[in-house]
Amino acid sequence: MTIVPRGPSLVLARGIGALSRGLGRGGGTSVPGRVLLRLRPQAIQELGGGLPRGSLVISATNGKTTTARLIGSCVAATGWRTVSNRAGANLVFGVATALLDGDATRPKPEFGLFEVDEFALPEVVARLAPRVVVLMNLFRDQLDRYGELEAIADSWARMIARLPTSTTLVLNADDPAVAALADDAHPRLFFGIEDPTTALDALPHAADSIRCRVCAHPLEYARVTLGHMGSWRCANCGAARPVLDVAARRVTLSGTTGLDLELSTPVGDISAHIALPGVHNAYNATAATAAAIALGIDRATIGPALASAEAAFGRAERVSVAGREVVLLLAKNPAGANVTVQTVLLDPAPLHLLIALNDRTADGKDVSWIWDVDYEPLIERLGDLVVSGDRAYDMALRFVYAGLDRGRIRIEPDPARALDAALAHLPEDRPLYVLPTYTAMLGLRSILVERGVASAYWDHG
Amino acid sequence: MNTVRICHLYPGELNIYADRGNIAVLRRRLEWRGHRLDVHEVGVGARIPDDADMYYLGGGQDRDQIVVAGDLATTKADALHRAVADGSVILAVCGGYQLAGHGYTGVDGTRMPGIGLLDADTTAGPTRLIGDVVITVEVAGAPLTVVGFENHAGRTTLGPGSVPFGTVRHGHGNNDMDGTEGAMTNRAIGTYLHGPLLPKNPQLADLLLGWALEHATGAQVPLAPLDDALERQAHRAAIARVRERGSA
Repeated sequence: MTIVPRGPSLVLARGIGALSRGLGRGGGTSVPGRVLLRLRPQAIQELGGGLPRGSLVISATNGKTTTARLIGSCVAATGWRTVSNRAGANLVFGVATALLDGDATRPKPEFGLFEVDEFALPEVVARLAPRVVVLMNLFRDQLDRYGELEAIADSWARMIARLPTSTTLVLNADDPAVAALADDAHPRLFFGIEDPTTALDALPHAADSIRCRVCAHPLEYARVTLGHMGSWRCANCGAARPVLDVAARRVTLSGTTGLDLELSTPVGDISAHIALPGVHNAYNATAATAAAIALGIDRATIGPALASAEAAFGRAERVSVAGREVVLLLAKNPAGANVTVQTVLLDPAPLHLLIALNDRTADGKDVSWIWDVDYEPLIERLGDLVVSGDRAYDMALRFVYAGLDRGRIRIEPDPARALDAALAHLPEDRPLYVLPTYTAMLGLRSILVERGVASAYWDHG
Repeated sequence: MNTVRICHLYPGELNIYADRGNIAVLRRRLEWRGHRLDVHEVGVGARIPDDADMYYLGGGQDRDQIVVAGDLATTKADALHRAVADGSVILAVCGGYQLAGHGYTGVDGTRMPGIGLLDADTTAGPTRLIGDVVITVEVAGAPLTVVGFENHAGRTTLGPGSVPFGTVRHGHGNNDMDGTEGAMTNRAIGTYLHGPLLPKNPQLADLLLGWALEHATGAQVPLAPLDDALERQAHRAAIARVRERGSA
């Protein structure tokens, strides 16, 4: 295979990318990177290696985009010029495209911040050799595409064994499968939630990692915060949740609008109000704090930077439509949907919901996961329910068999009609909570963009 | 009012494909007709009765299935064999289907033994067979179209002691070769179809409930028709999806 010299590779890949974007054919986030790696396979190593402050890579089943945004806010507050990939462009080609675009800006970026798909992570990390790797959680997600959780955890363990010993690992101590990835070779920071008021009554049905990664014995939990995460131990082999380096000592959830966080860290206490709701965002902000500390960012910078971060595209994003508030809460797998349900339940008034289920490649073609979500508590709190998407009837059945009267479910597979139907029944002073899968979120968002109430994809950093 | 007793085996280990959806459908469809479902969840180590009306085995991750395989043989196999001979209904889905057969041989040659309720044997293939499935089932007199989703590396072949549960119209089925899907001996059914299986296949759910009620009461219990408009819509949407995607 011919390897094209660096300069011409960059020029050619950029030109083809511009052409692809100009034609409006989509793929603007992956085509240039794909071309670049074809011409020059070592381009990620070269461009990434040229960043004077190195790079940080973050992966998880849930929370990658929001946490990358929170870390980005800390890094921006420190003044580092940063290159990052766009949400959704989180495979190898997306990272290559981001580096290619970053290399063309003047002055050149100093630091790379990349959210990476769980499956693509080992390859991206092997090429980038990042300064910091942040690993947040592993939940059941899109089993049709990825196989099972164990396989991903194993691939991450092999990836860590090959990492340079200078790389710092930032690991979620509350997720047994992630905590088990710590080794003796790499510096690490464990983060987690210590506040007992966040505890759930029991392990949710969809809990995944309930067996010990070391000996396969069932784990015991002193406290469960989200899915299979919490304060865990194995009575058989003695493995247990590690001592937290960055601990959320106090988490105060303020309805569906935000939360307050008090953190203990190796550099001192940090408090912040986060404009994102739910215990999952407490995890995201705690992870972002640990990441910022691993990068050496000043303690005084972190709290205000977290507080100023806004919601990412479709993740607790609030949009005003004809005087009504629409809240987009991406819910793409059982753990994410469960915590989203718990979050909307923090609103004490009757709930107006639009739930949109698609089964396209990016959603996962297998929709069986909706039966693992605990939608039941919504039923007695429901004001109005519209179900939408390619598999709207599957979602309707989920609620019928949860015990909701068939007559109370409005079914509108078409997203624009579903949105109109939901808004038509919405009281003036109430928000509409929209719980879409990934492509359903993109579809609803593009309708909101057409109506001039949300900013387009390319405007979103 | 009649009560159907179901043993839900290993709900903590074998639940990866939303198996509780199947249990919810059985429960509601009995309750809507004035009957009830008594669910007995049984985990590792516990013994089970041999006279339940139904037994349910779901699918799990590899590590969990290995744990379950040993326990199934030591604490549950004998009762299940007696139950099948006595006409109890068994529904075993995906990994549960493989365990209900003779066993599973992995890519590295390791053998996970099953309990041989079904005359079916499984060997890991080079790729996972994944996608929407449509099959025709002929166990109820008239042919029944059943829809679902499959995701399995195993290739299953049947011996003379079991008949196929269905014939593949779209999808891969047992082994992507012979057009068969699942296996059946008496009223024990193994299948790769999840989705989960029963919400979008209400006629199949009622067939199983009819058998279970017969086991519970010793007589045929007529099941009143239900408003299945949504179930039929979801069933049709799943078939339309297969046609749109052209997966076969």
